[in-house]
Amino acid sequence: MPRNRRLAAAGVTAAAISLLASACTGQSKSGATDDASKDTTITFWHGWNSPNEVKAIQDDVKAFEKAHPNIHVKVVGDINDDKINQAVRAGGSKAPDVVSSFTTNNVGQFCSSKSFVDLDPFLKKDKIDPAATFPKTMNEYTQYKGNRCTLPLLGDAYGLYYNKTAFAKAGIKAPPKTWSEFLTDAKLLTKTKGDSYEQLGFMPTYHGYESTTEHYFGQWSPTYFDANGKSNIAKDPAFAKAFTEQKKLVDGLGGFTKLEKFRSSFGDEWGAKHPFHTGQVAMQLDGEWRLGMTQDAKVKFEVGVAPLPVPDDEAASYGKGYVTGTIVGIPATSTKQNAAWELVKYLTTDTEAVVNFANAIHNVPSTLAALKSPDLKYDPRFKTFLDIAENPASTTTPASPNGGAYLVSIQNLGFDFEKGKRTDLQAGLTKTATEIDKAIEQAK
Amino acid sequence: MSATYTLRSKRRRAALRALAFMSPWLIGFGVFFAYPLISTVYFSFTHYNGIDPPTFTGFKNWSYVFNDYPLFWPALRNTLWLVLVMVTCRVAFGLGIGLLITKIKTGTGLFRTFFYLPYLAPPVAATMAFAFLLNPGTGPVNSILEKIGISGPGWFTDPSWSKPALTLLAVWGIGDLMVIFMAALLDVPREQYEAAELDGASSLQRFRFVTLPNISPIVMFAVVTGIIQTMQYYTQPLVAGKVASGVIGGSGQQFEPGFPDKSTLTLPQLVYTLGFQTFNYGASCVVALVLFVLAMAFTALLMRRRGGLIQAGE
Repeated sequence: MPRNRRLAAAGVTAAAISLLASACTGQSKSGATDDASKDTTITFWHGWNSPNEVKAIQDDVKAFEKAHPNIHVKVVGDINDDKINQAVRAGGSKAPDVVSSFTTNNVGQFCSSKSFVDLDPFLKKDKIDPAATFPKTMNEYTQYKGNRCTLPLLGDAYGLYYNKTAFAKAGIKAPPKTWSEFLTDAKLLTKTKGDSYEQLGFMPTYHGYESTTEHYFGQWSPTYFDANGKSNIAKDPAFAKAFTEQKKLVDGLGGFTKLEKFRSSFGDEWGAKHPFHTGQVAMQLDGEWRLGMTQDAKVKFEVGVAPLPVPDDEAASYGKGYVTGTIVGIPATSTKQNAAWELVKYLTTDTEAVVNFANAIHNVPSTLAALKSPDLKYDPRFKTFLDIAENPASTTTPASPNGGAYLVSIQNLGFDFEKGKRTDLQAGLTKTATEIDKAIEQAK
Repeated sequence: MSATYTLRSKRRRAALRALAFMSPWLIGFGVFFAYPLISTVYFSFTHYNGIDPPTFTGFKNWSYVFNDYPLFWPALRNTLWLVLVMVTCRVAFGLGIGLLITKIKTGTGLFRTFFYLPYLAPPVAATMAFAFLLNPGTGPVNSILEKIGISGPGWFTDPSWSKPALTLLAVWGIGDLMVIFMAALLDVPREQYEAAELDGASSLQRFRFVTLPNISPIVMFAVVTGIIQTMQYYTQPLVAGKVASGVIGGSGQQFEPGFPDKSTLTLPQLVYTLGFQTFNYGASCVVALVLFVLAMAFTALLMRRRGGLIQAGE
């Protein structure tokens, strides 16, 4: 029955065709030869999709167009990294000239593959010193091995949100500063109900929304790669300590199975039914945006904000945190790179533009000048995140040529360890380090 | 000499005419099958990220996928599990429902509509609805089970139950097979049933010796297309994993398909992840070729059993 064979083959061929469609697109071009002083239209892709965010970025672009009447910007929103990656490979007239991405994890891939142009020549031409313009961590996550192919466009800092009303009821006077205090408080705040919870002190599992491995690990200031670019997770004790501390939380608050069942009852992370809003959990590891969301959701308790706790033996470093953010770059396929640079420069280094945008979407400003600007309007609690972003001990995750694949590998180890599927942590770290090195080698 | 020349010329013209008639198929075959397949084989031996020119790396991608890529074997095991269990369940339930509807006397249209409607639901919406129904914490299914004293499973959050949950979803959307089986069942000659009844055959014997031989080509069709569909299974496990894991998207979140514990990971998801997220086209082509070989092997195996399955119309 050859027809059936063809049917079988056709199914798989579809995958092959899809691969080829991208595989045959050829190399990207680079080089800025356009005249930015002439009348031109550039395309800007961004990922924001909620109405207030879309309006904020459009206002920013309008202000740019007013300052640069010859450059017109076509704005396209709700773009993710997959679309960006495919567009920078496909090129063509509809491909973007400027793109922004929420995932700093992919900067290494953007830079090492040269799909985004190196911005250093542009920065030098305009005499902009990144070290004097952007906070240290933001400078780190926007480049890979000296190739600065992106710039920060607002930042995200992670801290601890806590239910002050629940704290008062439990007799807790201040947010915890060390992980031991944190576990004690989380237990005090936990009220069980049958085989579930009426209120959980904290959801510690790695699927607990922002409680991802890298967000926890920021408090241990780990070194992900050694000087040779090899994975350092089996050698740097910070990783084992962080995994162990998280496992203590999981076991101390009821165990993985019970916690996961409770987690499955949570509402959408980005909606009003978030478990912190509803009072299902009393503490939440989250980014600065949650503050605005709690206000929008009109939560029925007083919200407190603090830095995340630090290891017991590093109490003096309290105040640091994990920092990441939105990045912006110019695809190598763009034929209007000089005009595109004008927009990138405006969005990322114009203090007024950065401050206005930060005010509008409640993110952390991404320049040192904007962080200190008197025009920056914020709830006093928001200052916690500004301090975390500026704290020299705050860390980020380094860029890698295969994007955030190494973080996924670490996270997978975390999933196995927290549920007790893997008990020999050091062996797991060694195996995962090998997996990360092989994946990076394969990507090169 | 002249007669031979004329004959050759006629044959050539006939061959050209045949080729001209075949050309639509030949072009389609070349563009949509031969060229992509050959290219996929070629790219599987190269390092290619879609930007730099491809460089020949020998068996490096093959070695990486089979020896060092931690997701390949779980994805292969899951795909084979789904092919065996999901296809069997779909065919069995499709046939069962088809039989049921052809037997009932009244309300046939209502039942047909009832069983066909779920097939019309878009895969993403259907999967999200199932994830809601089977939510172990708040879902109505586990609430009902609890009321009758049964502690419901974790469904999409439990690696032991995630694939059975996907199978339930597939069986729920059985409408397409039900219609095909109904058409085949209504086509079985009545006189054969009458003859069997006169010979004293029981209903089970009538099904075994009359119905099944008559509809065996349709069973074969359902099995082969079912295998091909399952080999391409992508949307439902991805959406179920995302919903159950709580990772819908957002800053700093990395979602690796397969939640929970790689139990819903399938080979097509790897083709996409490797090819369009990490831009490791070489390794992605290796996985695509594994899928191709598996599909061919399953189909060839079934074709060898064809004599035993297909009797009607031969």
